[in-house]
Amino acid sequence: MTAIATITPAITQPAGMRPRRLTPARIGIYAFLIVTALFFLAPLYVMLVTSLKPMEEIRLGAILALPRAPTLEPWVKAWSAACTGLRCDGISVGFANSVKILVPSVVASIAVGSLTGYALSFWKVRGAGLLFGALMIVAFVPYQIFIYPLVRVFAFAGINNSILGIVLIHTIFGLPTMTLLFRNYFASLPQELFKAARVDGAGFFRIFWSVMLPMATPMLIVAVILQVTGIWNDFILGLIFAGRENLPMTVQLNNIVNSTQGERAYNVDMAATILTALVPLAVYFASGRWFVRGIAAGAVKG
Amino acid sequence: MGKLCDVSIRGVEISFGAVRVLDKLDLDVAQSEFIVLLGPSGCGKSTLLNAVAGLIDVQAGQIWIGGKNVTWEEPKDRGIAMVFQSYALYPRMTVRGNMSFGLKVAGMPKPEIERRVNAAAATLQITELLDRRPAELSGGQRQRVAIGRALVRDAGVYLFDEPLSNLDAQLRAELRVEIKRLHQRLAATMIYVTHDQIEALTLADRIAVMKDRVIQQLGTPNEIYRRPANRFVASFVGSPAMNFLPGAFAVKEGAPCFLSEGIAIPLDGYAFEAPPQDGTPVELGIRPEHVEAGGGVPAKIEMIEPMGSDQLAWLRVGGHPLSMRLPAEACTVAGEAMQLRLPADKLNLFDAATGRRL
Amino acid sequence: MPLVRHRTASRLAAGLALSPALLVLVVVYLGCTAWTVWISLTSSRMLPNSTFVGLRQYASLMGNERWQVSVANLAVFGSLFLIASLALGFLLAVAIDQRVRAENTLRSIFLYPYSMSFIVTGLVWQWLLNPSFGIEKMVRDFGFPSFRFDWIVRQDMVIYTLVFAAVWHAAGLVMAIMLAGLRGIDEDIWKATRIDGLPPWRVYLSIVIPMLGASFATAAVLLATSVVRLYDLSVAMTNGGPGVASEVPAKFVMDHLFERGNLGLATAAATSMLITVAAVVAPWLVWQSRRTRRAHA
Repeated sequence: MTAIATITPAITQPAGMRPRRLTPARIGIYAFLIVTALFFLAPLYVMLVTSLKPMEEIRLGAILALPRAPTLEPWVKAWSAACTGLRCDGISVGFANSVKILVPSVVASIAVGSLTGYALSFWKVRGAGLLFGALMIVAFVPYQIFIYPLVRVFAFAGINNSILGIVLIHTIFGLPTMTLLFRNYFASLPQELFKAARVDGAGFFRIFWSVMLPMATPMLIVAVILQVTGIWNDFILGLIFAGRENLPMTVQLNNIVNSTQGERAYNVDMAATILTALVPLAVYFASGRWFVRGIAAGAVKG
Repeated sequence: MGKLCDVSIRGVEISFGAVRVLDKLDLDVAQSEFIVLLGPSGCGKSTLLNAVAGLIDVQAGQIWIGGKNVTWEEPKDRGIAMVFQSYALYPRMTVRGNMSFGLKVAGMPKPEIERRVNAAAATLQITELLDRRPAELSGGQRQRVAIGRALVRDAGVYLFDEPLSNLDAQLRAELRVEIKRLHQRLAATMIYVTHDQIEALTLADRIAVMKDRVIQQLGTPNEIYRRPANRFVASFVGSPAMNFLPGAFAVKEGAPCFLSEGIAIPLDGYAFEAPPQDGTPVELGIRPEHVEAGGGVPAKIEMIEPMGSDQLAWLRVGGHPLSMRLPAEACTVAGEAMQLRLPADKLNLFDAATGRRL
Repeated sequence: MPLVRHRTASRLAAGLALSPALLVLVVVYLGCTAWTVWISLTSSRMLPNSTFVGLRQYASLMGNERWQVSVANLAVFGSLFLIASLALGFLLAVAIDQRVRAENTLRSIFLYPYSMSFIVTGLVWQWLLNPSFGIEKMVRDFGFPSFRFDWIVRQDMVIYTLVFAAVWHAAGLVMAIMLAGLRGIDEDIWKATRIDGLPPWRVYLSIVIPMLGASFATAAVLLATSVVRLYDLSVAMTNGGPGVASEVPAKFVMDHLFERGNLGLATAAATSMLITVAAVVAPWLVWQSRRTRRAHA
């Protein structure tokens, strides 16, 4: 890259900072990023805008246009009056169900996962390596294999179609990932910490509760983010195991939208969709860097 | 080999954001000269090297290489080659690939590339490694490959950024000799950055000692060692380090001398650069190997460190520690008292406030 | 001998702590898999029976037209999705790595779709691609009355709409993984390329991409596993339609387990899915463990 394209008087020599030019390459990069960003934002924008329009405006088309008579009525309707199957109490029912499912599931899966990861990383148990390896493999298996047997077993145990059932399911299926996460994290902590605690006379659970768990705060945050996002967004497990009374928001949403006869109330549908996406989106925006850490930690299998 | 270039750094200022890292620095490197930028971390030596390479911009000033103003040129157009501390080898290519890639992309004909790669490999004795990957090589071998990659460019100036810092002591000594041999063979201009004063003393034609963004002293290794321009240079260069005794300058009966805690050391024969006033607080510096036995300064031996080829005795003079080189056979014992002589022509006097040589 | 008792107490405690995991592994993962595979070897329909019929269910599976469409769809979807996501994610990571301004904002924009469920993703794209309401109508209103973008209702094109939605969902994930890999490249290597005078595209092609092998592999495996599990997206976006044109194996299994009451066929399908996943994941896991073992050696 030789110096300037403009006329340089022979007396002026290059000195100091290089003239910063906007090269075509740089423009190209920004253009690419901006166009792609619009492609990524467009769906969210369309949802938001459509959910604020009355039906007359929607029938006119023009999905990108801002609402001329914005109204919050679709939102109210989505929350409290939309019809999911036989009931018409809105998606708030699904929201309540999802919360009822989420909280115990997150707590249980993280509790069991962290304990298992702890046991596998510090304590020389026979077959620990094998157990860990097996859990890693099993994390990839599609759910369809387990569905029928689990339904039968749960029905036999009487916990089919119950909150307890779905919480158990989420704990079971969350176990491999959670164990992986915590085991890898604990393995990166210095062994001396653990040895010092043992010399102090602390036992298995004492060390876990008083020493390791407090140190695992970063990983707890990551685990909470992963589990909240994963469990809230779950559809298939909730559909099968939660029971008609306890269907999570995602299932209710699909019922509202895809089982309407006649004209679809698009604005209500979109409002309902945004409401369903709100919790994970909020977690995402609130967590910032942690979300990416979660992906990185979940992505590193072994 | 290639065209030999001189380097001229004129009034260069470099800032990172609001932090000024180099301030109006001037340095001229002659053709075929081996100049070492020596200093502790953070003194700006690597920054200066990167600016010469064109990897970072200068806020003011100019850089000339081989009579050409290259201040706005890209690194590839400056006629330079560079060797990095971390080797920076392309991990997925063979040694041959690493050495030839830049030339291939530049469109050089294959036979010429082959010739250069083989010649460089022969010089550095890495011919048997040409088909291996960096991961299969040891640290010393990797550094040779990095040097080889620089050699094939047939550059006018070679830049070294702490190339031996990642190696263990023995390898460092080996490669140091190799680099010196290389310089003798190629007679190329080399700018070498390091924090190791031994490397500086052994390799350099001239050393620029840097601290706090400023060149403290520019001179031959001999000058730097024997007549350090200030206290920092005196303490940084030389191992074991120079001794320092705090005291004051006085004129007694017309003769200049150094006073400290009841000791008087005559200063006749000391070559003053800027004779101070009577009573100025000064620091006296003397290297352990210049302290002699048999004189008018009383001292007590506290400890002796055997160092193989000689011994280092730690004494107390007027309440201050002083180290002294003794031959290995000397049968001195800790606790003994000794008389020392500090010859005036080997002394270094520094202003206690400014650190400047007096 | 308090220390010995202490030791044994800790050993027992560890065993206790690991028992849920062990239980889950053996009972759920192994047990259920075995049970499912067993059913697939019987002639069960609505209810399970123990008439062993060997691989007959698999044979009828192969001949089942709906299954064939599912598998073909998954193959098309999977390969397009993988290539497009890896390419787009990589390009986004490279672009962001160029020290652009507003990096955090851009990253958030590309990654937020990954936080949304597949149901939401499917519904959103169902509307956007709806001919009478979405993009087609919008472009027509702009003044191109003959513009057509009704892929979502065409049997031969509907599977590609699923690819759009899935790439929108997953490209951010690939970007995050690639960006981490890019940031892990030693800065001195970039300096060396500038001194060697290599043009940027050459650096990415010949030096960076080979160095990112592990990142590509990780991203590819993650994407591949979500390909096989594809269900929510298909249900929300097109419900397998029009007809069965966007049918996928997971949906096939679900439909035959519950609505169509054919356990034998459903479990055979599920087992086939398992075998496919194993074929993809096993070599990667072996390669990973060998890499970590070599790193620790």
